[in-house]
Formats: sequence, C-alpha cells, structure tokens
Amino acid sequence: MSEAAAVETHDHGVVQDQLEPSLTPGNLGKLGMWSFLAGDAMTFGAAIAAYGALRIGNPNWPSPAAFLGITTTAIMTFILICSSVTMVEALGSIQTGRMARYRNFMALTVLGGIMFLAMQAFEWHHLLGERGMSIKVDLFDATFFILTGFHGCHVFGGVVYNSVLLIRGMTGKLTPAKANLVEVAGLYWHFVDLVWILIFTFIYLI
Amino acid sequence: MTTQAAISGHPAEHSGPNYIAVFIYLSVLTAVELGVYAMGLPQVAKVGLLIALAWAKAVLVAMYFMHLAMEKKALAVIAIIPVILVTFLCFMLLPDLTTRMWTRYDHPRPVTNPAEMGAHPVAPPPEQIPNQNNQNNNQAPIPQL
Repeated sequence: MSEAAAVETHDHGVVQDQLEPSLTPGNLGKLGMWSFLAGDAMTFGAAIAAYGALRIGNPNWPSPAAFLGITTTAIMTFILICSSVTMVEALGSIQTGRMARYRNFMALTVLGGIMFLAMQAFEWHHLLGERGMSIKVDLFDATFFILTGFHGCHVFGGVVYNSVLLIRGMTGKLTPAKANLVEVAGLYWHFVDLVWILIFTFIYLI
Repeated sequence: MTTQAAISGHPAEHSGPNYIAVFIYLSVLTAVELGVYAMGLPQVAKVGLLIALAWAKAVLVAMYFMHLAMEKKALAVIAIIPVILVTFLCFMLLPDLTTRMWTRYDHPRPVTNPAEMGAHPVAPPPEQIPNQNNQNNNQAPIPQL
C-alpha cells in the first residue's frame, strides 16, 4: 500500500506517514504546521494591526522611547536569532544521523528560549514595578503587555515543545528516522523568532 | 567524514544553505535597525527604513531557516496569504482613523515629567454635556435616517 505512494527522497529511511501530501512530500506534519502558522500569523497580525490602528488614531500616544528601553530587548532579539540557528543546526544533525550533535544543539536552543523568557520576565518586572505600567492603565500599556505576553506564551510553548524533543533524544526514543518531528518543531520555533522580530520593530523601535 | 564536516562548519550530506552566513546577515540587519533607531531621523523615514529592515529579516528567516526557498513553490502560497491579509488589515483602517479621532479621548495617563516624555501633556476631556443642540463632538456625521 505504501509502495504506491513512495516518493524518491533522500530521507534516510524516514518513517512514512499515512498520506503523501503533494505540497510537502515526505513530511505530512510540515504541511499541518505551515497551515497552523498561517493561522497564528493572522492572530498576531490582527493584534499588531490593531496596535498600529490605535496608535495612529491617537495623537496623544506616548513615545515608546520614553518608557521602553531597548538594551534588554536588543539582546533578547539576538538570543532568539542565535537559538534559531542552533535549532536549524539541530535539525541538520538529526537528519544526518549525528545524535550527539543534535542533543547539543537542541539543548542550546532550549537554553536560548529560557534565557529569552527570563529576560522578558525581567523586563516586565521593571516596567510593572518601577515604571508603573500596567494592563489597566491605558491603551499604550495594554497593547504592550498583550502583544509581548501573547508572544511570551508562544515562546514558553516552544520551549516545552523543544524540551520534549530534547528529552526524547536523550532517552533514545527519537531516532534519525523521525527527523520530520524536529523539522516541524523547527518551523514553529522560527515562526516565534520571526514574530518577535516584528514585535520588536513595531513596539520598541518605531 | 561527517565529523570532519561538522568541525569545519559546513553541512555534511545536505546541501542546505549556509546558516552561519544567514546568521551574520540577520545580526548585521539587527545592528542597522538599532542604528536607525538611534539616529533620530524624521518619523516617516525612520518608520519606512525600520519596516523594510524588519521585513528583510523576516524573509531571511522564512526562506532559509524555515527552508521555504527549498520547498515547492506552492507551499509559499500558505505562507504569503497571511502577509497579504495583514497588510490589508493595517491599511484598511487608516482612512477612518486619520479623518476621525475615535481614540482621542483615551484615558490620559498622568504625565510625571513632560520633558522626559517628549509628548504634550494631555488635558482631560471637557465635561460631557448631554447633546442639547443635537451637535456632535466626535466630528463624525450622525446618519440621518
């Protein structure tokens, strides 16, 4: 039954899915993840568009530079970019069967995510405590906390996702035959990085 | 063979993109963004440049880290549709927002240090007297049914 759907790919004997999607041959989960990311992009896009609309429509909008420092967030951006690189290297490692290298790079990716969350928490603590910002104060604060908080939840989910794959790699349950799983997780993680790039630009820099 | 390739930093069997090169491009673009932010250009130029830089970074991440450049072209349809729709979302409200100030009387936050703020301190909205002359404070025409 599966021979009829066999596609000639350099997949190193990857476990076959039940369906062979024509858009993403050899990896059904990739099509699913791309579809999910398209929907998630709409959610973030709607939030960012609403932020832009509120900001443009209100001439009394405070200048972000007066409230938000960019030192911490610039470092956060760099950390997330680095974690994307380690994620894609982890994927390359498991696809070529180098499990020790995969574990190292996956661990670095998880570490990058945790560092991002820690710095985000530090930033929030500073803004809530010393700057007196709060989601209840006004639209500037509300949009800020909702956008960064929603993104932070995504990062947290990504950290959990990657940790599971890391632990399964360490216990030996994740084999190079299942590299597709890591590819799908990589898509999610890069999406999270991409959204942060946009949020950082629109909220902090513009 | 694979360990040697791993040490040299090149992808072993997969002819993937050079991830280190993409990483360097992303870092440079981030640094340029911070430079534009610090330069203090007029708002329009700053916004245009920053949006262009941010999109360049987003495209790099999508094409090379998410391997969109190596996938079938039709998959890019799934990726590009939200971009088109969100761009539309951002612009569709502009005519309404720039001609009518719906959010003008958002609760103003108390300004502790106007000099630090860089923005004008906001006066509280005037007392809202009920419409006696059927006039409209919000500048939007009342539809006559």
